[in-house]
Amino acid sequence: MDILAQQILNGLVLGSIYAVVALGYTMVYGILELINFAHGEVTMMGAMVAISVIGLGLAAGLPALPLIVLAMLAAIAACMLLGLGIERFAYRPLRRAPRLAPLITAIGMSILLQNIAMMIWGKQYIPFPPVFPQGEHRILGAHVTDVQIIILITTVLLMLALTLLVKHTRLGRAMRAIAQSQPVAQLMGVNVNAVVAATFAIGSALAAVAGVLVAANYGQAQYYMGFLLGLKAFSAAVLGGIGNIAGAMLGGLLLGLIESLGAGYIGQLTGGFLGSNYQDVFAFFVLILVLVFRPSGLLGERVVERA
Amino acid sequence: MKALSLAVCAALFLTGCGHKASDQGGDVVKIGLAAPLTGPQAQLGQDMANGARLAVDEINAGHPQIGGKPVTFRLLAEDDQADPKTATNVAQRLVDDGVAAVIGHMNSGTTIPASRIYYQAGIAQISPSATAVKYTHQGFDTAFRVMANDAQQGTVLGDFAVKTLGAHRIAIIDDRTAYGQGLADQFERTVKALGADVVDREYTTDHSTDFMAILTNIKAKKPDLVFFGGMDPQAGPMIRQMRQLGISAKFLGGDGVRTPQFITLAGPAAEGAYASTPGLPIGKMPKGPEFQAKYTAKYGPIQQYAPYAYDAVYVLAGAMEKAGSADPKTFLPVLRQTDYQGVTGPIRFDANGDLTQGAITLYQVQKGAWVPLQTFQKH
Amino acid sequence: MNARKRAWLAALALGLGLAVLPFALDGLLGPYWVRVLDFALLYAMLALGLNIVVGYAGLLDLGYIAFYGVGAYLYALLASPQFGIHWPFWATLPLGAALAALFGILLGTPTLRLRGDYLAIVTLGFGEIIRIFLNNLDAPVNITNGPQGITAIDAVHIGGFSLGRRHELLGMSVPSTVLYYYLFLICMLVVVFISLRLENSRIGRAWVAIREDEVAAEAMGVPTRNIKLLAFAMGASFGGLAGGLFASFQGFVSPESFNLMESIMILCMIVLGGMGHIPGVILGAVLLTVLPEALRYVGDLQRHVLGRVVVDPADLRMLLFGLALVLMMRFRPAGLWPSRRRQREFSATGDVAEQEQASLFDARR
Repeated sequence: MDILAQQILNGLVLGSIYAVVALGYTMVYGILELINFAHGEVTMMGAMVAISVIGLGLAAGLPALPLIVLAMLAAIAACMLLGLGIERFAYRPLRRAPRLAPLITAIGMSILLQNIAMMIWGKQYIPFPPVFPQGEHRILGAHVTDVQIIILITTVLLMLALTLLVKHTRLGRAMRAIAQSQPVAQLMGVNVNAVVAATFAIGSALAAVAGVLVAANYGQAQYYMGFLLGLKAFSAAVLGGIGNIAGAMLGGLLLGLIESLGAGYIGQLTGGFLGSNYQDVFAFFVLILVLVFRPSGLLGERVVERA
Repeated sequence: MKALSLAVCAALFLTGCGHKASDQGGDVVKIGLAAPLTGPQAQLGQDMANGARLAVDEINAGHPQIGGKPVTFRLLAEDDQADPKTATNVAQRLVDDGVAAVIGHMNSGTTIPASRIYYQAGIAQISPSATAVKYTHQGFDTAFRVMANDAQQGTVLGDFAVKTLGAHRIAIIDDRTAYGQGLADQFERTVKALGADVVDREYTTDHSTDFMAILTNIKAKKPDLVFFGGMDPQAGPMIRQMRQLGISAKFLGGDGVRTPQFITLAGPAAEGAYASTPGLPIGKMPKGPEFQAKYTAKYGPIQQYAPYAYDAVYVLAGAMEKAGSADPKTFLPVLRQTDYQGVTGPIRFDANGDLTQGAITLYQVQKGAWVPLQTFQKH
Repeated sequence: MNARKRAWLAALALGLGLAVLPFALDGLLGPYWVRVLDFALLYAMLALGLNIVVGYAGLLDLGYIAFYGVGAYLYALLASPQFGIHWPFWATLPLGAALAALFGILLGTPTLRLRGDYLAIVTLGFGEIIRIFLNNLDAPVNITNGPQGITAIDAVHIGGFSLGRRHELLGMSVPSTVLYYYLFLICMLVVVFISLRLENSRIGRAWVAIREDEVAAEAMGVPTRNIKLLAFAMGASFGGLAGGLFASFQGFVSPESFNLMESIMILCMIVLGGMGHIPGVILGAVLLTVLPEALRYVGDLQRHVLGRVVVDPADLRMLLFGLALVLMMRFRPAGLWPSRRRQREFSATGDVAEQEQASLFDARR
């Protein structure tokens, strides 16, 4: 029993991380129908900046709590700037280009950012200093750390905040309008460029938070970490129905649970024929299956909250 | 026409670079070196290259003679980026440049495809670090290595786990790379033969950082030892997550784990972990401290493979001198008969080109540093 | 001289040029560059295969390398000591192409209903699934030998004549790389020929129709289901063929050669060269294969001039690569050598552009 509880908890933590990163994918996709492949790298940059700031802060003798806040803010600021820069210089000029063009740009951007990070921070994994609370708890027999609890709570809060933003603010309404029809929104007086930029900024801020939490949870970061994370998060967004905020959340949590329980029970399910080496196969297989029966994802509508 | 003459000019320029006249008198004997000199493993590859460079410089300073004629050794270093396809390209480049022998490659995944090209060209190859068994078991009389292979290391690790640590219930994880899987498989065979129970076998990848799911599985099986075949970026967070889940089993790994990086990444959780490395601890190598002083003065701290590459060059030069020829056809049989006291220990090859006496040392993390426990000589 | 004659002369010159190219490279720069050229031809075949799926039919496939892997492993299993089977190449190569085509249909069937971006992620997943299976099918029954890969794969033999060795022909010493060059060249010409014929056939036009507007194509009576499956199968078979050639040339296959980055690389080749345009695609493949090798000299140059490597050329390679993709899309989105049709589409202005671009590659509405 406590093994199952532990596996579910493992899945929820992993899934929450996917969900926060997936939110960034889904917001951009909802508005521009663009797969921002570089989003994973923005997450990585957030982690790296935070590690650097914490390193400096520790050297200056700052206490833990203000240091965490400072590192988080620095990561968010850096990622927002990065996201805005990417949007402005790489994607905006291509907004009217054929669909494949921005996708290739995104892949190029992803490679570019990886290599820039490698030049700044090196090729090695760098440790994340233990500034977060390091307590451990037991819930229903499962071991939980403080960082994991922080991840779960943060995810829920971010999700709520984002829903409120999209549903109940001027900016959110403008986003939904652009998602429905960019030309009409423009005619109605929506400043499309500003709203798209804001979307990128918000998505990148989420990525920064995710990056810091991932690095804190696993205790390390490296230039390549964003690529696979981004890929998984993107799968999660597609699973839930890309463009849909609740879908990203659902997809993320589901993917996390599938991976965790898959690795945990795939051996028993197949009578020992397949082991945890097929964990990713299992996850992709579920994804394909879902898409075959629901071609636009679980909560599939293409755009943000198309009512 | 213009394009053609341009091409010819370019070719002349390039070949001009390749065949620079020798600095000293006599013939030039070219020795190739292939390793990942760029990319994520560049640090280890450069370490290997520097070890070989040090040996070449030393030998040249002693005015070597082959067959009564003075010669100069020259090292041609090529970057294989740890990629199999690039490795074959690089191997071809070295063959083109007319090397007499090659030190390399570093990874098993690059060493194996490249070995075929050296074999076809009849060029001697000594890998200082490729440990996959297959490399020397392809029937190529040109392939040698100066480090214990995975089978030797996996066997020693298995012996150590059962006999020294007294493990009965063992869980095994590997990262599904040629290195990790090879080591883990040999370890599994050994501990099973010694009567221990392999209670769980789990798998991860060489890019993973989350091992909670497989470790939870392992926890359910209550092992007293967890073995990991893989590298430090995974081993670090793995042992942290083990302790976090309340698994108190001992942790054992191969040379991929026995790095300073592992201790940095694992933090306090690293304490008490065991890992092995082929060869003797540098302090116990016959000429280890002397080598360490020379190397460190020139290139900084030794990473891992420098002493092996250093020995490989001396073994090659020795065989050439003895055979009186830098022609692989002549010196290859002599190379096979090598009996040399190197920095890393005695070097003698068996019929496959493996070391007959590969030493393997076990280490434990004590107070934040790797401390050698005991050394096994091949029995 | 009329146009027809001139075209024949150009073809003749090109043919002669291609025939003597390896000897020229071998003589001027050494067999190393012939080997690089061989890989360029392999990648050109792969790029032409992916071009059918992405360039013609507009189906974004991010797992294309899987077919390369399938072809390579089939050849490896049927011509190596792994099972002790040593079938000749004229059996294994077509079989590899056929099996890859089958896998193409296997991938295509469940994904027919999916739109562009969903298709991208499913194909990506498919590619990973194949690689993971190749990496793990060493237990409980050892088929692929797992991460250790398969060694000692037979070279292509024609009668008693092995392409894997140096031969003395017509008083010349011809190395293995040059022999393989001709084999690869012949295979690539076949692939080019098939691509050309398809381009101007009913099927080719149906693919373009699907790419431009799937609903309209369906309405005009194009059997979209079968036509899409055909695109997957055709593209995959080229990949399978290239895979078999790769296995015999390299003599060693392991799953790490078939990762996602390779799929992306091939996609980039056709995008850089000019999607849907055969000469452009070949140009893209050659450029992206030769560029990293050329960058090697940047490192050597630094060593010669500065005495040490200041900027790691491998780092530089990926950096330049990423930058090139971004800049290309920004300033020359149709590729370096686009077809005239595509060029017009990209340079169209005003309302026409709006309409065109709204439907281009957008098989979803």
